[in-house]
Amino acid sequence: MTDLLYSETEDDLRAAVRSLVAARGDTAALAARAEAGSPYDPRLWASLAAEMGAAGLLVPEKLGGQGASHREAAVVLEELGRGVVAAPYLTSSVVATQALLSLDTDTEAVATLLAELAEGRRTAVLAVPLSAAPDGPLPEGTGRVTGVADAATADVLLVLRADGLYAVEAAQAVVEPLTPLDLTRPLAAVTAGEGGTRLADAVAGATAVRSGLLAGAGLLASEQLGIAEWCLEETVRHTGERHQFNRPVGSFQALKHRMAQLWLEVVSARAAARAAADALATGSPEAALSVAVAQAYCSRVAVHAAEECVQLHGGIGMTWEHPAHLYLKRAKADEIALGTPGRHKEALAALVDLQAP
Amino acid sequence: MTDAAELLGLTRKLLAAYPPATTDRADFLKARFDAGLAWVHFPEGLGGLGAPRSLQAVVDAELAAAGAPDNDPRRIGIGLGMAAPTILKYGSQEVKERFLRPLWTGEEVWCQLFSEPGAGSDLAALGTRAVRDEATGDWVVDGQKVWTSSAHVARWAILIARTDPDLPKHRGITYFVCDMTDPGVEVRPLRQITGEAEFNEVFLTGVRIPDAHRLGEVGEGWKVAQTTLNNERVAIGGMRLPREGGMIGPIARTWRERPELRTHDLHQRLLTLWVEAEVSRLAGERLRQQLVVGQPGPEGSAMKLAFARLNQEISGLEVELRGEEGLLYDDWTMRRPELVDFTGRDAGYRYLRSKGNSIEGGTTEVLLNIVAERVLGLPAEPRNDKDVAWKDLAR
Ligand SMILES: Cc1cc2nc3c(=O)[nH]c(=O)nc-3n(C[C@H](O)[C@H](O)[C@H](O)COP(=O)(O)OP(=O)(O)OC[C@H]3O[C@@H](n4cnc5c(N)ncnc54)[C@H](O)[C@@H]3O)c2cc1C
Repeated sequence: MTDLLYSETEDDLRAAVRSLVAARGDTAALAARAEAGSPYDPRLWASLAAEMGAAGLLVPEKLGGQGASHREAAVVLEELGRGVVAAPYLTSSVVATQALLSLDTDTEAVATLLAELAEGRRTAVLAVPLSAAPDGPLPEGTGRVTGVADAATADVLLVLRADGLYAVEAAQAVVEPLTPLDLTRPLAAVTAGEGGTRLADAVAGATAVRSGLLAGAGLLASEQLGIAEWCLEETVRHTGERHQFNRPVGSFQALKHRMAQLWLEVVSARAAARAAADALATGSPEAALSVAVAQAYCSRVAVHAAEECVQLHGGIGMTWEHPAHLYLKRAKADEIALGTPGRHKEALAALVDLQAP
Repeated sequence: MTDAAELLGLTRKLLAAYPPATTDRADFLKARFDAGLAWVHFPEGLGGLGAPRSLQAVVDAELAAAGAPDNDPRRIGIGLGMAAPTILKYGSQEVKERFLRPLWTGEEVWCQLFSEPGAGSDLAALGTRAVRDEATGDWVVDGQKVWTSSAHVARWAILIARTDPDLPKHRGITYFVCDMTDPGVEVRPLRQITGEAEFNEVFLTGVRIPDAHRLGEVGEGWKVAQTTLNNERVAIGGMRLPREGGMIGPIARTWRERPELRTHDLHQRLLTLWVEAEVSRLAGERLRQQLVVGQPGPEGSAMKLAFARLNQEISGLEVELRGEEGLLYDDWTMRRPELVDFTGRDAGYRYLRSKGNSIEGGTTEVLLNIVAERVLGLPAEPRNDKDVAWKDLAR
C-alpha cells in the first residue's frame, strides 16, 4: 500500500535541511546574487550536498551514496522549495543521478561519475530543455539545446546524440547563459558538438534520460508543495497582522476563504506529492501514473499559492524587496518544467484509458 | 491490551460460531456487537474491547473476506457517525446500554433534529423550547425542526433545544435523545429539488422527554453538539474509496463506452476532474493513515469541502456530456427514500442531489470560515451576538 506519511527519518532529515536553509537562505542575498547571474550559495550547497549527504540519497551505498530513496529526496526538495533555495539539487542530484542509475552502473565511467555526484563534489545536468516532459520529444544530434537548467555551473553535461548518451566535460562545450524567468534556476543554451565519454547506446541512453525526467517530474511536485506551503503560511501571517479599516485584513471573509481554499489545495498536493515519491521509491508499476497525477495537480497549486501570495500582500507583494516574487517566478517556471500540467494530463489520458476524441 | 492477533482470533471464532452463509443477517450483527467486534475502540459490553481504533481494519478485512453481512453505514449514518460518539461521551451507562446496540445493528435508525427554519448556519440561535415539568422532572418540548433527513424512518433523534432564553445563545441550549414515536412528534415530508423527499419538517408539540434522556448538563448542549458535529466531518473524511470509486467512476465509464459523445473541451475538463478526484482520494487515504498512527490532522473538514465541490462539478459535466440525454430526467415521482442513492439513479439526479453536498452538514462558506479561523488561525469576524441574551437577539 502507498505510504503517504513521513517517517521519523524523513522528519529528522527535514529538520536538518530546514535549519540549514534558515541559517543560510537569506532571500535578499539570494535576489542580489540571482540578479548578478549566479544565484548559488556554494557554502549552502557544500553543507547540503556533501556534509549532510543529501546529494547521494538516491545512490546505493556501494556506489558511494546514502542508499536512501526518492521519499527522502522529496523531503529535501520540499524544504528547498519552501526556501526558494537556488541549488542544482533537482537537476544534478535527482534527474542526472537517476539517469545514470538507470545505466549499467558496472561501467567505470558511470560508477565514477555517480560517486562524484553523490558526494556533491561535482554536478551534472542532462543537456535537455528544462521543459522536456518524461514522455515528450528529446533533443538528439549535435545541435544547440536551449533552456538547459543549471548548465552554467555544471561540471558535466549528459548529452544524448544519435549514437548514444555521452558525458561531456562542461569545459569542452559551449554554454551560453540565458535570462530566465526564474532567476533562482539559471538556464543556458548548450552546444556540445563532439567528444566526451560514451556511457550507453542510443536506446539505453534515451531510456535513462526518460527515467531521469520521470523521477525529476515526480519529485518536482515536492518542491512545488514546499513553495505553496511557504506562500500560504506567509500570507496567513501577513494578513493576520496587516490592518486596514480598523481590522486585520485577514479577518475579512473574502480573504479568509481564499486562504482556506489554498489550504485545501496544499493538503491535497501533499498527498499527491507523497504518492509520487513513494511510487518512485518502491519502483511501483504505477509510478508513471502517480507522477502524472502529481504534476498535473501540484504545478497548479504552487502557481495559485504564489499568485495569491502576491495579491494578498497588496503593494508589498509587487516589490523586489519582498521574496514573494522569487516564489512566483519559481512556481511559474516549475509549472512548465519537466512537462506542463496539460502534457501530464495527456499522458494520463492514455494511462487510465480516457482517450481523446 | 488487545492486539491484532487476538482480534483476528476473536473474529474467526465469531465466524465459526455464526457462519455468514447460514446465519440470519440481524443475528450475525447482534453476535458481532456482543463479541466486541462492532467498533473495537468502544468499551467492553458496548460493542467494543477498548482496543486501538486502528485495529478495526483487521476485523473488517477478515469479515469482508468471509462475506459477513455489513451493518450498512449508509442507512445508519447519523446514528453511527454522530449519535453514537455523542452518547458514548455524554450518556449514562443505562443510556449507552439501551441505545448503542440497536443503533449499530441498524434495528433502530436515528435522525438529527438540529436545524430550524430560523437557525441553520447559526445553529446556536435555535428557538425550540424545552421546559422542565417540575412535578415529574420530564422535559416538555415545543418547536419546529426542518430539513431533517430520514425523520420518516427514524426511531430516535438527537435533539437540541433552548432551556434558558435569558442567557446568550450558546449557553442556554440542552441536548436530548428524542423518541420519534412520541405522540407530539409530527413528521411531514419536504419535497426537494430531486423530486423526492429525503428530508422532512418535524413539528414538536408537548413532546415529553425523560430527564434520563438528556446528554450532558443542562445548558451545556452546545458543547455536546460540538462532539456530534466534529464527528460528522471525520465520518465523511475517513471514507476509503478505490480509484474511480466516487462520482468520477460513472462518468469515466460513460466516456470509455460512448466515443460519440467526446469533444476536446469535455476531454480537458474530464481529465482535470479525474486528477482532482484522484488527488482527493489520496488526501482522504492520507488522512486515514494519519488517524491510524494517531496523528489526526485537521484535514477532516477539508475532505468534506473537496468532496462537495467535486461531486457538483463532475455531475454537472456528466449531464453536459450526455447532451440530448442530459435533457431528460429518469423519474420525478415523489418518493420518501430510506437512503441517498447516488449510483442507482441517472446523471441528472446526481447533479441535483449533489447541490446539497455543499449545504448539508455545514455549508461550504461556514466550513471555510472554520478552516480559516481554527486551522489557519486567522482573526475572527467581529461579532455582535456573543454577550446578548438569546431573547434579545434580532430574528
Ligand atoms: C440534503 C440536506 C439534508 C439535511 N439534513 C439535515 C438533518 O438531517 N438534520 C439537520 O438538523 N439539518 C439538516 N440539514 C440542514 C443543514 O444543516 C442546513 O441547511 C445548513 O446548516 C445551512 O443552514 P440554512 O439552510 O439555514 O442556510 P443559511 O444559514 O440561511 O445560509 C444561507 C447562505 O448564507 C451563507 N452563510 C450563512 N452564514 C454565513 C457566514 N457566517 N459566512 C458566510 N456565509 C454564510 C450560507 O453558506 C448559505 O450560502 C440538511 C440540509 C440539506 C440540504
